[in-house]
Amino acid sequence: MNYYFRRLFTLALTVVLVLILTFSVFRVIPGDPALAILGVEASQEQIEMLSEKLGTDRPMAVQLLEWFRGAATLDLGTSLRYSEPVSDLIASRLPVTLILALESVAIVIAFSIPLGIAAARRPGKAADLAVSVLTQLGLAVPSFWMGILLLLLFGLTLNWVPVSTYVGWDENPWLALRSTFLPAAALAIPQIAIVVRYLRTSLLEQLNLDYVRTARSKGLGDRAVLYGHALRNSLLPVATVIGIQFGELLAGSLVIEQVFSLPGFGSLLISAIGNRDYPLVQGLVLFIAASVIVVNFLVDLSYRWLDPKIKLR
Amino acid sequence: MVGAKPSGGETVLEVRDLRLELSAKDGARLPVLEEVSLKVGRGEIVGIVGESGCGKSVLSLSVLGLLPPSIRVAGGGIYNGERKELHRLGEKSLQRIRGKEIAMIFQDPMTSLNPGMTVGKQVAEAIRLHTGASKREAEEKTVGLFRKVGLPRPETLYHEYPHRLSGGMRQRVMIAMAVSCQPDLLIADEPTTALDVTIQAQILKLMKTLREEDGTSILLISHDLGLISGVCDRIAVMYAGRIVEEGAAAEVLRHPAHPYTAGLLASLALPSKKGTRLHSIPGSVPALRERGPGCAFASRCPYAADRCLAEKPALRGVAGSAFPRSAACHLLGEEGGLANVGS
Ligand SMILES: Nc1ncnc2c1ncn2[C@@H]1O[C@H](COP(=O)(O)OP(=O)(O)OP(=O)(O)O)[C@@H](O)[C@H]1O
Ligand SMILES: [Mg+2]
Repeated sequence: MNYYFRRLFTLALTVVLVLILTFSVFRVIPGDPALAILGVEASQEQIEMLSEKLGTDRPMAVQLLEWFRGAATLDLGTSLRYSEPVSDLIASRLPVTLILALESVAIVIAFSIPLGIAAARRPGKAADLAVSVLTQLGLAVPSFWMGILLLLLFGLTLNWVPVSTYVGWDENPWLALRSTFLPAAALAIPQIAIVVRYLRTSLLEQLNLDYVRTARSKGLGDRAVLYGHALRNSLLPVATVIGIQFGELLAGSLVIEQVFSLPGFGSLLISAIGNRDYPLVQGLVLFIAASVIVVNFLVDLSYRWLDPKIKLR
Repeated sequence: MVGAKPSGGETVLEVRDLRLELSAKDGARLPVLEEVSLKVGRGEIVGIVGESGCGKSVLSLSVLGLLPPSIRVAGGGIYNGERKELHRLGEKSLQRIRGKEIAMIFQDPMTSLNPGMTVGKQVAEAIRLHTGASKREAEEKTVGLFRKVGLPRPETLYHEYPHRLSGGMRQRVMIAMAVSCQPDLLIADEPTTALDVTIQAQILKLMKTLREEDGTSILLISHDLGLISGVCDRIAVMYAGRIVEEGAAAEVLRHPAHPYTAGLLASLALPSKKGTRLHSIPGSVPALRERGPGCAFASRCPYAADRCLAEKPALRGVAGSAFPRSAACHLLGEEGGLANVGS
């Protein structure tokens, strides 16, 4: 069977499983959802009205089918609190979170590759030790705390970047990028530390392999051996880690958006949970899960570029 | 160590009294090679044989300055055809010699090629590096080399990744890569050990052809005396970091002067010896730390005397031989040497 076809099939299957999970999580909560939302003091009439609105008065199977049909047509129901379609709410907040996550990934890649190379080139020497200390630090400090520190230093003391003034992506892309830079960096720092460690180990492993000796025996210099031969082969485990991190970045962005008062998914999800806005929570969780799945799918495809052997299978 | 530079006819490589030292983890300095001297003339195929661990690979790596950081040249010297002291060259100068003047082929073709780069590109890379050829020129030359070393469908093969090739084909790619810049000397460290018997013969034949067509000198390293005996002009037998016997291949094979060589010969499965029980040398090569003051082979030698345990025999000429040859054995001091004792 064709690789892409198989991979697409598993992708679809995972999305279906996520749909079932997000659906059931809000159904297995004991008691009537409407009752849970309105509280015990609500009248029977109110509960019935809300049940009808939520659709929870219908049989489970019908609800599930509705949920599937809705997901396929991007109709995820209506928010109780905002009285707006959930998909519209998601779309309005999406740019912020998306920029934040992509910017973090870009920062992770831009910093971890040079740092990993610097550490691996002369293991045990000054650069390696410096990188090791920095990564320890990056791992030890939680990103929201790092965010606050960055905000204080670059935003308030040095005034390098705008603070708490989010500018829309469509208004001014450059400003949008700048106003999300600090939170993106805060999110990226612990992830950089992880990627640097993976890359260092992986590069050292590659540099010890026979083909590196062959490359040197033809007269290539250290740089040519490193960049032309070893680096690309060492990126495979790194790509896996970055893929896994994307989920963590999204989760982390929910918190960091609060620190930097960015109007992304974070504030939306927190207010949705606080208001027991089940349709909104459900839609957001589905969307976040689906994006993680899609990103990992893309990472899988990148393997085929990184490792020619995979092309066979 | 400063000594006079070697002189003489057309040599492409001379190793003189080379001593390599290993810095062990506990700080000990262990001699990996001692007093190794060797000459390779232009167009000559010189074989080095010896059991595992006797120092064949470190010798070949030392020529191109590819020793691991823990091993260093502690004495003697390595000189190329122009009498350059290779062991003193810096990394940059060595890079100009590697692949261009002296090229190497390694033991395991499965791991010696970069799995993430097409085989053609790996060969073309060497050509571009040393000749400054354009991408197209290098590609054309590579395809020609592939044809020359007997690879099928060279144009298609150029774009294949190593995992699509068999071991024999990969070793042919390695050979194409090694001869791509017409080196004076090709060092082949067990080029056939990882291959099937039938493929082994093909690869050796190919190397012989290269010598005949291009006049490339070859230093052929192997632990299999039988395999390389038919290909080499001269053979050096190594044991525990020393050369114990050296001479014309036919001569060494017919009349081994050192008991170790005799032992190696006796352990060969030659067709002429069909039916007889295979002999094998008892014991194994002493580890680096176990090398005492005497002859390293003494513990396994059937003729060992007190003197062998106390004193290291020096390499010296063997009398009564048509070609110059030498061996390091106390027995040689006695009348007739090993020939008398019988092998
Ligand atoms: N990187 C290294 N670190 C430590 N010791 C080494 C290293 N490489 C080689 N040695 C030691 O040097 C000695 C010679 O090793 P070498 O690899 O040259 O032997 P060889 O004759 O090529 O054996 P083989 O037939 O197994 O390839 C051995 O005792 C070995 O343990
Ligand atoms: Mg070896």
